[in-house]
Amino acid sequence: MKHRAGKTITYLVLCALTIAVLFPLYFILLNSFKGKFFISKQPFDFPVGNLFVGIENYINGLTKTGLLQAAGWSFFITILSTALLILFTSMTAYYLTRVKTKWTSALYFLFVFSMVVPFQMVMFTMVDLADKLHLRNPLGMCILYLGFGAGLCVFMFAGFVKSIPIEIEEAAMIDGCNPLQNYFGVVFPVLKPTAITVSILEVMWIWNDYLLPYLVIGVSTPYKTIPVVIQMLVGTNGNKDMGALMAMLVLSILPIIIFYMACQKYIIEGVVAGAVKG
Amino acid sequence: MEKTLKKYFPVFVLPTLIAFSFSFLIPFVQGVYLSFCNFTTVGNAEWTGLNNYKLAFSEGQGFGKAFLFTAAFTVVAVITINVFAFCVALLLTRKLKGTNFFRTVFFMPNLIGGIVLGYTWQQMINAVLFKYGVTIVSNPKYGFIGLVLLMNWQMIGYMMIIYIAGLQNVPGELIEAAQIDGATGLQTLFRVKLPMVMPSVTICIFLTLSNSFKLFDQNLALTAGAPMRKTEMLALNIFDTFYGKNGYQGVGQAKAVVFFVVVAAIAVVQLYFTRRKEVEQ
Repeated sequence: MKHRAGKTITYLVLCALTIAVLFPLYFILLNSFKGKFFISKQPFDFPVGNLFVGIENYINGLTKTGLLQAAGWSFFITILSTALLILFTSMTAYYLTRVKTKWTSALYFLFVFSMVVPFQMVMFTMVDLADKLHLRNPLGMCILYLGFGAGLCVFMFAGFVKSIPIEIEEAAMIDGCNPLQNYFGVVFPVLKPTAITVSILEVMWIWNDYLLPYLVIGVSTPYKTIPVVIQMLVGTNGNKDMGALMAMLVLSILPIIIFYMACQKYIIEGVVAGAVKG
Repeated sequence: MEKTLKKYFPVFVLPTLIAFSFSFLIPFVQGVYLSFCNFTTVGNAEWTGLNNYKLAFSEGQGFGKAFLFTAAFTVVAVITINVFAFCVALLLTRKLKGTNFFRTVFFMPNLIGGIVLGYTWQQMINAVLFKYGVTIVSNPKYGFIGLVLLMNWQMIGYMMIIYIAGLQNVPGELIEAAQIDGATGLQTLFRVKLPMVMPSVTICIFLTLSNSFKLFDQNLALTAGAPMRKTEMLALNIFDTFYGKNGYQGVGQAKAVVFFVVVAAIAVVQLYFTRRKEVEQ
């Protein structure tokens, strides 16, 4: 009897928490269908009657911000940067683990060290350098992300390479493979679980990153990413269109929810693995 | 094998190393040097010694205030997030039906980016405060509470997952043994479960600590430091120093170095704690 009461209370608490977690999302969804003048006065009312404006906010927001284009660039930068990171940092981690000299140890230390340094420390000088090297465009962004992500990625891949027995590689080498064939034929397939973890961490970071694209690409180019566009919509004009803001917030969250539902298991595992190692 | 691999240095290491130099190595070295200089661009730096550091801590810079605000926020956030996350993890390890559904929902906010989250919460808090005729920027207290709520909402699910993993690794026999010995529920919790999940506690505390201390996006979106820079955290203060007023770039860089030293010190303490745990086990 006592046990059953405990169970009911647990469920009640969990359901209350579920509502608390989902409420902010419900709130913006609700208001995204409401006329902009009603949002501040009747924020919690249901969009019915004269409050309801259909998809007007969505159309207004999209024409005003160019969010669709921003989503395109967000996709491009996120996917290309992550691909570059997985390919190059896993190779680097492999080399640094297998070749043991004082130079490789020093380099490995630098990669790990970079994880501790906050972005503010390098942001001004980095933007200046990126300017001189003509990296202030989407492709340049991917190169910069390769550099910024390298620390965590090399660290995580190196941790895994250490656990691969060297004998299988030696067998491949005796069969006449060169290091590249050996790496892509033997080592990289074994690294796949770590590669999935690393890509999830990197995708989440790059997709949501605001400061780097804001500083490097800026607000006056057509290459803005989603967080930059959202910040512009609110930050710049005092007389803001709340309806459009709500609609754009909904649209920004939507891809993340879809991504989460599609690979939920990998995401939770990946994030936890990253947390425990990082 | 090592010898042949060594010849492939340009293929295996060079691409990463070049990108790493562009984004980190060169800017870092330049940054340390420039913190001792007066400059508006990297090209026109003049050596001024420790002057920037003196200016950084002067009254008008708000750096000290931002430090206090950040520290207060970090302490409150770390305690609330970890206590709540641990309690939720306890509820979800009772082998009830539907646990997976709750886990999935609670973790979800962690995926949403700081800017989008910040504005979502700003709108919601303003909607609640509208009745009282104020907004989130009317009083620094609202901004503080808002930030704490937002961070709790975002990070509880994440920490909860780590605590669940820790709790599931506590051997069942240990808990049974305690119960046979007549331990109450609370005694089992504090004397058996909690000591067994201490590694998870260490991880979670340092994760929340460094995330809260370095917070930028959420701070910018929620209040942007308003009113009167009273809800400004360190990262935002540094950003404003760099890009707010021309001629203060050197001061901004000096603040960034101080910020880096504090963050690095936290990391060293973390390393010390995790290493010690590994030796014990």
